[in-house]
Amino acid sequence: MGDTQTPLLEVTALEKQFPGVRALHNVDLTLNRDEVLAVVGENGAGKSTLMKILAGVHTSDAGTIRIEGKETVIHSVRDAQAQGIALIHQELNLAGNLDIAANIFLGNEPHTAGFIDRGRIHAEAAGHLKRVGLNFPTDTLVADLTIGHQQLVEIAKALSVDARIIIMDEPTSSLSQTETENLFKVVHDLRSQGISIIYISHRLGEVMVLADRVVVLRDGENAGELADNQISHNAMVKLMVGRDLSQFYQRNATEPGSVVIEAENLRTPAHPRSGLSFSVREGEIVGVAGLVGAGRTELLQTLFGVTPAVGGTLKIDGKVIHPRTPLEAIQSGIVLAPEDRKQHGLILEMSVRENASLPRLRMDQKAGAIDFSAEIEVAAGMVEKMDIKTPGLEQVVQYLSGGNQQKMVLGKWLAMKPRLLLLDEPTRGIDVGSKQEIYRLMEELAAGGVAIMFVSSEMEEVLGMADRALVMHEGVITGELNRDQLSEEAVMQLATGNKAAA
Amino acid sequence: MKKNILGILGLFIFIFGFTAVSNENFLSAYNLQNLVKWSSLYAIMGIGVAFVIITGGIDLSIGSVIGLVASLMALMVRSEWNPTVAVLVLIALSVGIGLVHGLLVTKMKLQPFVVTLCGLLFYRGISRWTTDNQSMGYGDTETLNSFFSGKMAIGSFGLPAPFFFLVVVAILAGIFLNRTIWGRYLLALGNNEEGARYSGIGTDRLKITAYVICSFLAGLSGLLFAYELDSVQPAQTGEFYELYAIAAAVLGGCSLRGGQGTILGVIIAAAVIRLLRNSINLLGISTHLEYAIIGMVILCGVAADEIIKRVMARRRTAQVTSAKK
Repeated sequence: MGDTQTPLLEVTALEKQFPGVRALHNVDLTLNRDEVLAVVGENGAGKSTLMKILAGVHTSDAGTIRIEGKETVIHSVRDAQAQGIALIHQELNLAGNLDIAANIFLGNEPHTAGFIDRGRIHAEAAGHLKRVGLNFPTDTLVADLTIGHQQLVEIAKALSVDARIIIMDEPTSSLSQTETENLFKVVHDLRSQGISIIYISHRLGEVMVLADRVVVLRDGENAGELADNQISHNAMVKLMVGRDLSQFYQRNATEPGSVVIEAENLRTPAHPRSGLSFSVREGEIVGVAGLVGAGRTELLQTLFGVTPAVGGTLKIDGKVIHPRTPLEAIQSGIVLAPEDRKQHGLILEMSVRENASLPRLRMDQKAGAIDFSAEIEVAAGMVEKMDIKTPGLEQVVQYLSGGNQQKMVLGKWLAMKPRLLLLDEPTRGIDVGSKQEIYRLMEELAAGGVAIMFVSSEMEEVLGMADRALVMHEGVITGELNRDQLSEEAVMQLATGNKAAA
Repeated sequence: MKKNILGILGLFIFIFGFTAVSNENFLSAYNLQNLVKWSSLYAIMGIGVAFVIITGGIDLSIGSVIGLVASLMALMVRSEWNPTVAVLVLIALSVGIGLVHGLLVTKMKLQPFVVTLCGLLFYRGISRWTTDNQSMGYGDTETLNSFFSGKMAIGSFGLPAPFFFLVVVAILAGIFLNRTIWGRYLLALGNNEEGARYSGIGTDRLKITAYVICSFLAGLSGLLFAYELDSVQPAQTGEFYELYAIAAAVLGGCSLRGGQGTILGVIIAAAVIRLLRNSINLLGISTHLEYAIIGMVILCGVAADEIIKRVMARRRTAQVTSAKK
């Protein structure tokens, strides 16, 4: 036990294969005692998979996990808990209808003959809450807490099972500035109490503040490691994308053309009290930045007719429209590649051919009959143009990799010749190669006069691809940044509701 | 999808062959005519509910719609309605019932199970009330009798009218499902309703269409059953038939999760269910066991289907993976 040379956690040669994707290949990771280790990488680099393996949500195909030098097998969340590993998911897993104490002990309730020992759980919960600096009575309903406080309850829950390693997956993605600062303090406190933290984040600024060491993953493999004194923004990004940034995002903005979409006081059902006004011109790529829950996705969904606007006006090429369904939006030339590709973007159980032709069927029909030869032509053309890697047109899209699935989503819309292309987290969960192809495609489309709006939580993507960024906070557009004003600090200021700084 | 049909077809041939060898009466013209007739009646209901099941929904009201149509027809005959008008009115009523189900499911966002369960109770109640729960016959309207329950002789074999109805229904349904954009949309929305909506498909309208098709075919079945049985017991006619229809659809390859189904599979499955009853009779197995045997066969069929699907999915994953390396 006393041997401080043996790392607390040592992972070697980890492998994980999902249908159609190699998620992890030969991945090594060590975590020392009393250390905050940041794991960074682009979307789809394998961070989440690695953490889920450590937490017992997935099982690895090969490789070893050692804890304090002893080889361990983790097959379930319970195994992981027994080893003192706890994962705080990005989406919190709390029961809002129960109080804090009940949530902390959920599944581990001390009981006598099946009757929960209430006195004990409240007393112990209070102790754990203190360690994370949360001053609420333990009988407060979790639903009444803010997201930031709920997260602290999750951490307290991890402490209640004596976790020695706490993994935090994108913990700040929906936190305000003060909540984020508070979380940093808690992380430091935990470290000084002898708990090691694995911290996953897209926000490199946070990583620089928090991390003692950084491990970078790229396309499911180790891309490099940075010691405390080597951690810098540029060093991390270089390892993440495997080349210089200037080569990765090749945005050659040209003079934009006429206005394609113009929103005036547009009000979405999600935030009916805030009117949104903006416009996007031909050939322009506009990024929509903000925290998770800022109303970015809701804005795109309103433009696409999924959740129709409750007020304001929307004009496309100067003509007023009121898209009430996606069909109406599509007919006005607006298309959306949604955030949730698998749920909204594709019909996973259907073939490449059927997915490729779905929005176009209507146009190629003859009295309702499907034109099968046109269908095959459309699908084959798309596979070739988008360079989609598939064994054939009859392949079920479920078995394609994330990158190829996303290319399918884009491809089926490009066949419709849109005026306005909406992209919601266009590169989430796909490999660096496909990512670059999608950027190239955006560039190509913009050059061809399409107006593009994209929502992204990846700061580098917004900074790299956007000609202009709209930043949202709690349903309101808090500011607009031109390319020369774009910086991580400026975006974060606006995204956390700090209007004054803009 | 084609593998699905092969499995159920194999099951049909097996039971058919086994019974034919074991009992010489099985292959008699009379028995086969009956088998064809009842299989056709079940298949028409099954095709109807298959459309609803493909959307991921369910229709529990089929048997009661059959009872209602049969009861009202008897009342209309007694009141000396023009037979053609009576038939058209009842078909329109069935379509209307489907429309109401569809609207409640899509616009009110009620669960299909609940909507059609209430329908099951409601239409049965109306049948009993309007007829005073009296059994009734259909008199001798010559044209309707031969239209709905006549036979067409082919040699010594008389093909029953329901069979011709089935052929027409099956061809139209097959074309609709496999050859038209709406059929494709229906399969897409059954697999992933949101995904279909995001692709610009008017999902509500299609779902309503599925309920309309289902109730329409239930109404048509009601007329066929009425003239086949030549009498109606308002409390019983059609009772439990929705379960046979659902069983035929499921055994025929429709997934209750939606998005899957073939017309041919449903027809063969309907025939299997009727064949089982026939065999149980002819083979001298206690008829008390009938339900138990049908239940077990359907369960085994569906389980086998699931296993085949899983094996195929695994093989496909392996293929994709090895193709990448």
